[in-house]
Amino acid sequence: MPRKLRERAYKIILFASALTALLVIIMIGGFIFKEGMPVFSKYGLPQVLFGGKWQPSTQLYGLWPMIIGSIYLTVGALILGVPLGVLTAIFLAELAPKRLVALVIRPAIELLAGIPSVVYGLFGMVIVVPAIRALASKIPAYAEDPLLSSGYGIIAGSIILSIMILPTIINISEDAIRSVPAEYKEGSLALGATHWQTIYKVMIPAAGSGIIAAVILGMGRAIGETMAIIMVAGNAPIIPDSIFSSVRSLTGNIAIEMAYSSGEHTQALFATGIVLFVFIMIVNSFALRIIKRRVKNA
Amino acid sequence: MDNAQIKIHTKDLNLFYGDNQALKSVNIQVEEKRVTALIGPSGCGKSTFLKTLNRMNDLIPYVKIHGEIYLDNLNCYQDYDIVELRKRVGMVFQKPNPFPMSIYDNIAYGPRVHGLKAKAALHDIVERSLRKAALWEEVKDRLKHSALGLSGGQQQRLCIARVLAVEPEVVLMDEPTSALDPMATLKIEDLVQELKSNYTIIIVTHNMQQAARTSDRTAFFLHGEIVEYGATEKIFNVPKDKRTEDYITGRFG
Amino acid sequence: MLKPRTTEKIAKFIMWVAAILTVTFLVLVLGYILLNGLPKVSWEFLTTEPEAMGAKGGIFSTIISTVIFTLVTLVMSVPVGVLAAIYLTEYMSRGPVAGVIRFGTDALAGIPSIVFGLFGFAFFVVLLKPVTGGWSLISGSLTAAIMILPTIIRTTEEAIKAVPVSYREGSYALGATKWQTVSRTVLPSALPGIITGVILGIGRAVGETAALLLTLGGSLFIPLSLTEPASTMSMHLYKVAMEVGAMDMAFATASVLIISVLLINTGANVILSGLKRRTTA
Repeated sequence: MPRKLRERAYKIILFASALTALLVIIMIGGFIFKEGMPVFSKYGLPQVLFGGKWQPSTQLYGLWPMIIGSIYLTVGALILGVPLGVLTAIFLAELAPKRLVALVIRPAIELLAGIPSVVYGLFGMVIVVPAIRALASKIPAYAEDPLLSSGYGIIAGSIILSIMILPTIINISEDAIRSVPAEYKEGSLALGATHWQTIYKVMIPAAGSGIIAAVILGMGRAIGETMAIIMVAGNAPIIPDSIFSSVRSLTGNIAIEMAYSSGEHTQALFATGIVLFVFIMIVNSFALRIIKRRVKNA
Repeated sequence: MDNAQIKIHTKDLNLFYGDNQALKSVNIQVEEKRVTALIGPSGCGKSTFLKTLNRMNDLIPYVKIHGEIYLDNLNCYQDYDIVELRKRVGMVFQKPNPFPMSIYDNIAYGPRVHGLKAKAALHDIVERSLRKAALWEEVKDRLKHSALGLSGGQQQRLCIARVLAVEPEVVLMDEPTSALDPMATLKIEDLVQELKSNYTIIIVTHNMQQAARTSDRTAFFLHGEIVEYGATEKIFNVPKDKRTEDYITGRFG
Repeated sequence: MLKPRTTEKIAKFIMWVAAILTVTFLVLVLGYILLNGLPKVSWEFLTTEPEAMGAKGGIFSTIISTVIFTLVTLVMSVPVGVLAAIYLTEYMSRGPVAGVIRFGTDALAGIPSIVFGLFGFAFFVVLLKPVTGGWSLISGSLTAAIMILPTIIRTTEEAIKAVPVSYREGSYALGATKWQTVSRTVLPSALPGIITGVILGIGRAVGETAALLLTLGGSLFIPLSLTEPASTMSMHLYKVAMEVGAMDMAFATASVLIISVLLINTGANVILSGLKRRTTA
């Protein structure tokens, strides 16, 4: 084959490979919408989105409990995980002795990120859930109701999720803090500000958008997590009225029922997938926009 | 000129970066309310010396310092809290480094971190500092705008104003005009002249004319040592050391 | 009003506590599971097949399935990912087409694994059943392959971008074509970065469960062909803990899983430092 032709052939193969990711995302969107839309069109968008009852046996496909469930779990995870993660990131970037970071903390975070989610779920089942069960049994109003006193629920789910999103939040926040120009720090210290004043008055504001991006990406992880949640959240499709309550996430709804669903029930699970897909796309596009803007400004 | 008080003096100051000796037995007496210029070729230790005076070198790991530095006869490394020292010895950097906040907040930053909260007093300090730095007329209508929108010369005067707002006694300037155009440079030099009636100023510069124009006394650094130190007109007109003469006539460096 | 110095001390104390808590969580999770699981991990546990849905016996078939599943996933995703990254860095790094492709990659990276599972179910399991055999190793691997594609593309892109321009200039100056330059100069220099991406991909494949619940089938027999269903260790762990309720077996399986992830990470670091030494020496 002549050289020019060969170079062209390589280029076409490369282009086709590059297109794969795009093609796949279009196909994913396409398939999920195709399978899930019939439920929306048959029962109406508001009925499915805001319906409070999920009872596939009687054709009740309200996703509201799961939407609320995912929101509660995610917010809970952020309340616990963000302060811890951001503080650890500042610690790593500004305070920690280098050897301690290199030998202990960095490998620990790497490992934390590498542990499969089922392992977190198992840990939650045997440590976190029993602890919360013990706590709930002390509350007289809850002791009788199995949905409130089992230990499985929002608190357990949020705790496990918060640990799982720590690596994301720590790594991205730390990068953001480290990329604050050294001149800002020098300038502030030279004015007689203390190290901590410099950190929270100059460096954190300057790293602000990066830290926000870290939080949003952590949020994306929390919304998308499946296994660890279904192992500790109890999975009752109800709108929770207490943080001790059993709860089901959008992801959990799909994973739990897919195995034995059929027909319209399966379509309703794809509809759950559509909601999840749209949720995640919105959240991640926010994060992407913030990150892109940072890169442009830098 | 003989009746000037000594503001800062050092005794056998040695500084090491790891095994590398950057300052060798530096002894110098800096006079109060005068401009002292530090000149010398790149890597001669003049900037390093400047940074020991407000302990900015503390930020760099592996720096070891032997010898003593005194501010008003008190040891900078023993008798002062580092924050208190930096309040009294302000610094202007080579590259203008305004914080990414408004002009007003940049100036108010120092007073705020030192505990000043009253709005009226802050406002007063901001205006006074900007006036002292000859920037007030240019920015008074856009105090809430980002400081990053100013020109390079304006940014550097802002940084000077920011230092003045903390009400220091000494102002260190590390090649403050090296990133600026000639017009902006002249403005900063004029400013230095005005400030010396109230502040002790130490300026590191590469620019021989600048040292001659602005300073009362000049120290010539070479390989971490002070070769010659004295009245500026003497250093430039009748240098005692051959190496000083070679340097100021542009034969090396 | 606290003095700045006091505030600083309190703030630094809190940050130390935060960092210690983070490390403590890791130690707690790993320690608890390994302490409870390792004593039950024996040669026998690793080499006998599960009995009674995994309540008894070992995990031999799931280890084999995990290895095959991971390899097949890599074989399908690594070449495509690396080639895509080459295109995006060396052939078209700017312009609207590259922008759209990047958007696709970014979007794909953020999709939850259960959504990949739904897609894999609808496409590979149902639509392509005549080819894939329905729930099967190949359906699961294809699903996981598209999941780890963004990881491979991104890490490879970063690695290629880090190769100095002077290498390319040197190659072109000798009359090499673009492809020759890329394949003989750029790719070998980018190899450590590409390997990092592959390792991350392996980690995700080994740990993945949600998408596999919908595509892999969950059989506890050793698959004899790619069109047969199978169960990886992660999936097995989930079922043993949640459906069978044999917690001791779950702990033992989790321990094997954790040790595997540790071994993969360490092995990767060893390979990487070896490669770096060779390229810098």
